[in-house]
Amino acid sequence: MATTAATVGQVGHAGHVDDRSFLRKYIFSTDHKMIGIQFLIMSLIFLGLGGTLAMMMRWQLGFPGQAMPGGTILPETMAPGGILLPEFYISLVTMHGTFMVFFAIMPLLVGVFGNFLIPLKIGAPDMAFPRLNMMSFWVAVPAGLIMLAGFWAEGGHAGAGWTSYAPLSEAPEYSGVSLGQQLWCVSLIVLGLSSMLGAVNYITTVINMRAPGMTWFRLPLSIWALFITAILVLLAIPILAGGVIMLLFDQTIGTHFFKPATGGQALLWQHLFWFFGHPEVYILILPAMGFVSDIIANGSRKPIFGYESMVFAIMGIGFLGWIVWGHHMFQSGMNPTLGQTFMISTLLIAVPSAIKTFNWMGTMWRGSLHFHVPMLHAVAFVAMFVIGGLSGVFMASTPVDIYIHDTYFIVAHIHYVLFGGSLFALFAAITYWYPKMFGRMMNAFWGKVHFWLTFVFYNLTFFPMHQLGLQGHMRRIYDPTQYQFLQPLQPLNQFISIAAFLLFAAQAIFALNFIVSWFTGAKAETNPWRDNALEWTVPSPPPHGNFAVTPTVYRGPYEYSSPEATEDYLPQDQRLPTDRVPAPKPAGD
Amino acid sequence: MPWSWLLPDGASTFAGRIDFLYYVILVITGIAFVVVEVGLVWFLIKYRARPGRKAEYIHGSTKAEITWTSVTAVTVVVLGLMSGPVWNQIKGRDSVPGDAMPVAIHGQQFEWHVTYPGPDGQLGSADDFDLRNQLHVVVNRPTVATLTAEDVIHSFFVPAWRIKQDAVPGMGIRVWFQPTEVGTYELACAELCGLGHYRMRAQVTVHTQDSYDQWLAEQGQNVALR
Amino acid sequence: MAHVAVMEPPAAAEQGAGVYNEKLGMWIFLGSEVMFFTALIGSYIILRFGAQGPWAAPGVVLNVPVTAFNTFLLICSSVSMVKAYAAVVDGDQAKFKMWLLLTIIAGASFVGVQGYEYTHLIQDGFLPSGIREGSELAEKVAAGAVPEATAGIYGSSFYIMTGFHGFHVTCGVVSMIWVYLKALRGGYSSSDYRGVEVIGLYWHFVDLVWIILFTIVYLV
Repeated sequence: MATTAATVGQVGHAGHVDDRSFLRKYIFSTDHKMIGIQFLIMSLIFLGLGGTLAMMMRWQLGFPGQAMPGGTILPETMAPGGILLPEFYISLVTMHGTFMVFFAIMPLLVGVFGNFLIPLKIGAPDMAFPRLNMMSFWVAVPAGLIMLAGFWAEGGHAGAGWTSYAPLSEAPEYSGVSLGQQLWCVSLIVLGLSSMLGAVNYITTVINMRAPGMTWFRLPLSIWALFITAILVLLAIPILAGGVIMLLFDQTIGTHFFKPATGGQALLWQHLFWFFGHPEVYILILPAMGFVSDIIANGSRKPIFGYESMVFAIMGIGFLGWIVWGHHMFQSGMNPTLGQTFMISTLLIAVPSAIKTFNWMGTMWRGSLHFHVPMLHAVAFVAMFVIGGLSGVFMASTPVDIYIHDTYFIVAHIHYVLFGGSLFALFAAITYWYPKMFGRMMNAFWGKVHFWLTFVFYNLTFFPMHQLGLQGHMRRIYDPTQYQFLQPLQPLNQFISIAAFLLFAAQAIFALNFIVSWFTGAKAETNPWRDNALEWTVPSPPPHGNFAVTPTVYRGPYEYSSPEATEDYLPQDQRLPTDRVPAPKPAGD
Repeated sequence: MPWSWLLPDGASTFAGRIDFLYYVILVITGIAFVVVEVGLVWFLIKYRARPGRKAEYIHGSTKAEITWTSVTAVTVVVLGLMSGPVWNQIKGRDSVPGDAMPVAIHGQQFEWHVTYPGPDGQLGSADDFDLRNQLHVVVNRPTVATLTAEDVIHSFFVPAWRIKQDAVPGMGIRVWFQPTEVGTYELACAELCGLGHYRMRAQVTVHTQDSYDQWLAEQGQNVALR
Repeated sequence: MAHVAVMEPPAAAEQGAGVYNEKLGMWIFLGSEVMFFTALIGSYIILRFGAQGPWAAPGVVLNVPVTAFNTFLLICSSVSMVKAYAAVVDGDQAKFKMWLLLTIIAGASFVGVQGYEYTHLIQDGFLPSGIREGSELAEKVAAGAVPEATAGIYGSSFYIMTGFHGFHVTCGVVSMIWVYLKALRGGYSSSDYRGVEVIGLYWHFVDLVWIILFTIVYLV
C-alpha cells in the first residue's frame, strides 16, 4: 500500500458529512469539543454556586449574628430569621471548598480544556477513547447532583471542611451530620471515576495520537501541563477513593479505620487525604500555568523564554508534589522528624515555580506586548501567583508554620494561588478559546471592565487576609468576636466582606458577556489571536473530526516574530522551503 | 495593628526565635516580591506594542536559567537550615526541659480540661486537681503539657506564645513552652472540631511564682472543700 | 484510502508508545489500580504495625487451606488466559474459545469460593466491624486466641482488601463473558484480538494483586 506521500497529509476525519442526530451531537456526544463545552457549562454553574456560598460566609464573618439580606428564604434549619446558624456556617465552609476544588476549578482546568484542547493542539481527530470520554462527563453529572442533594439531607450537609478530617467526619455524634457526610463521600467516589476515565484518555491520546512532526518538544506548554496533570490525576485520585471508601465504611458498616478507641488511627485519614491532596493542588495549578504560557507568548509576540526549562519545571513540580504532603500536617502530632524532611521537600518545590515565573517575565522582556483580554488575565496570573507562592515560603518553614497554621494566612495563600492563579488563568483561557469553541468573540470592552473590577476587588478581598492570619485569626470559626484578641480585627473582616460582595457582583459582567456573546458576539475568524498552534488552522468552531487533512508539524508553537516569516507569527503546520518533511512511518499491514 | 505585617507582641521564649525567622522570610520574600512586581510593571510599560518595533526573537538563556535557579535553590536551602534547629528546639521530642512543670490538657467538644499536679509537682498523684477552661502557669518557668483529646481532633493554640499543637484522640502529645510575661491570654482551638469550635476558648494566666503559689494554695482549699 | 491496521499504533501519528491505543490505555489504567490497592494495603500496614497490640494469627480466624486452593485456582486461570491468548494469535478459534471459557469458569469459581469463605466467616462472627458478640469467634476472643484490641481493625482491613479485590475479579469475569460472547460471534481473529489481549492484561494484574494479598493477609 502507499507509503511515501500517503502518510503525509492523510485525509483526516473532518471530510465526511456530519449526519449525527441532535441527541448524539449535543447531549450524548462523543466529540471531545462538545464534551469540553458540557463540562464548561456544568463547572461554571458550580463556580457560581461556590461563590454564592462564600458570600454567605462573608456575611456572617463581616456582620456576625446579623440577619442576612434575603436570608429569610432559607429554612429554619439553616438561618432562622435570616441569621446563619453555626451548623449552616460550617456546611457553607465545607461546601464552598468542596464545590470549588472538585466541581469548579478541577473540571474547568482538566475537564474543559483537557478535552477541548488536547486533540486539536496535537493534530488528532478526537480522543483515543471517545465513548469513554462521553461516559466521563455523564458520570460527573450524577456526582454533582449527589453533592447538591446533601443540602436537603436531614441533619444538613457535610460539616467537617473540604478536608473532612476524621474522627469528626465519621460520627454524627461529633459533627451533628449523618446523611450529608455520607453523600459527600459517595459523590467524590463517583466523581473520581469520572476523573479516572478522563485521565486514561488524555494520557493515551497525548502519547499515541500526535500528528506527524509533533514531537514531544514541539508540544505547546498547555498540553505538557495537561499531560502531567493527567498523570497526577491518574495516580492521586485512587488514593482519595481508597480513603473516602474507608471513611464511608466507618460511617455506615461499622469499620474502625479512623476510630482510635477501637484500633484505628485518626492521622491515617490525614496521610491518605493529603497524599492525594497535595498532588491535587498541583492538578489545580499546572494546567493554568500551561494556558498562561501559551497566552503570554502570544500576547508578547515572542517565543516562550526557556521552553525546555518550562517543560522540566512542570515535570519537577509534578514529581516533587508527591513528597511534600506532610507539610499540611506539621502540627498534627506526627513525628517531628518528618517535619524536617517535609520542610526540605516543600522548600525545594519553590524552585521550579520560581523558574516558571522568571521565564514568563523573560517572555515579556523585549516583546511587543498586546493587551488583549486574555493577556491581561495572564499577566495578572503571574503577578498574583507570585504572591501566593511567596506566602507559601512562610508556611514551609516549620517553626513559622506553628504560628500561622490554621489561620487566615493560609486562607490568603490558598486564594492567591487558586483565585489569583487558577481562576484568572481560567478567565484568560475561556476568553482565548471562546472563539474556537463557539465561533464568536467575547466582547472585549466588557472583558476589560470585568478584568479591572475583578483585579481590584480580588486584591482588596484577599490581601488583608494575610494580616488577619498574622494577628492569629483562626480558620473556620463562625463568630470571631468570641475571642478578645480577635475583636480589634472586626473592621478588617467587614472590609474584606464588602470587597468580596463587590467582587462577586463584578462576576455578573463575565457571566453576561459569556452568555450574550454566544448569541450575538462578533463572528470569529479562524485565527483571531494570530496564534501558531494547530487549533487555529481549522474553522471556528471546528467540524466533527477536526482536520480535513491530518496536519504535519514543522516547528514548535512559539515561533512568533521569527525572521523566517513575513508575519509576526509562524504556524506549526506551515511548511517553509527549508523544512524537511518528516520521514513517513512504516504503515501497518 | 490590624493592617500591619508586624506580628503582635510575643510572650514566650519561642516567640523571639519564630518571629525572627518570620521577619527574615518577610525580607527575602519582600525583595522577591518587589523585584518581580516592579519588573512586571516596568516590562508592561517599556515593551508595550509600538508601531515599527518588533519583538526580539529570543528563545531563552541558559545563563539566566542557571542563575535564577541557583539563587532560588540556595535561598530556600538557607531558610531550611535556619528553620530546622528552631523546629527541633520547640517540637523535638527530646527538647522538653527536664524541670518543666507538667500539666495534662484534655480537649473535648467544646472545652479544655486542665489537670494540675498539685503541690507535689507530680501528675498522677493524689493531690492532682482539674479545672475547666483555665490554664495557670509560672512566668520564666517551662511547662510541659501532655495533650489528649476525648472525641475529635482539637488544637492547642496560644497566639502570644507562638505555640500550636493538635490534640488527637488516641495519642498523648507533649508540647512545652516558657512564658516570659506575666498577664492573661486566650487559648483558642485551632482545628475544626464541630459546631462549637468557634467558642472553644480558655483563659490563660501567667503568674509570678508567688502569685502562683498563692493560687495553688487557694485551689488546695477548694479541693479540700469538695 | 489506506488500510487502517488496528493492532498497530494510530497510523497518522508521530511515534508514540509503539502499541495500539487500547493496550496503552489498559496499562495506564492499571497504574491507577496499583495506587488504589496501595492505599488499601498501605493503610493495613500502618494500622497493623502501629497497633497497640498483636493481631490474630491468620489461621485462627481465616481458613487458610481453602484460600490457598482458591489462590491456586486463580493462578491456573491466568495460565488458561495465556493459552487463550496464544490460540487467538495463532488463529485457532476453537482452542481460543475453550481456554477463555475455562478462564471464566475458574474466575467465577474463585468468586464463588470467596463468597463461601465470607459466608462462613460471617456465621462464625467475623465482621467488618469486628467480632460479633455471642458468636463462635467471640469465645476465641475470650480465650485469648484473638486479641480484642485489634479485632475491629483486623476485620475492617480484611474485608476491604479482599472485598475490593473480589470486586475487581468479578468485573474481570463479567468482562471476559462479554469478550466470550463477542468471540462466539466471530469478533476476534489473528489480525484483531485487541479485546483479548487487553482483558488478559487486566486479568494477570488481578492475579498478581491476589498473590500479594494472600501472602500478607493469610500467611503473615
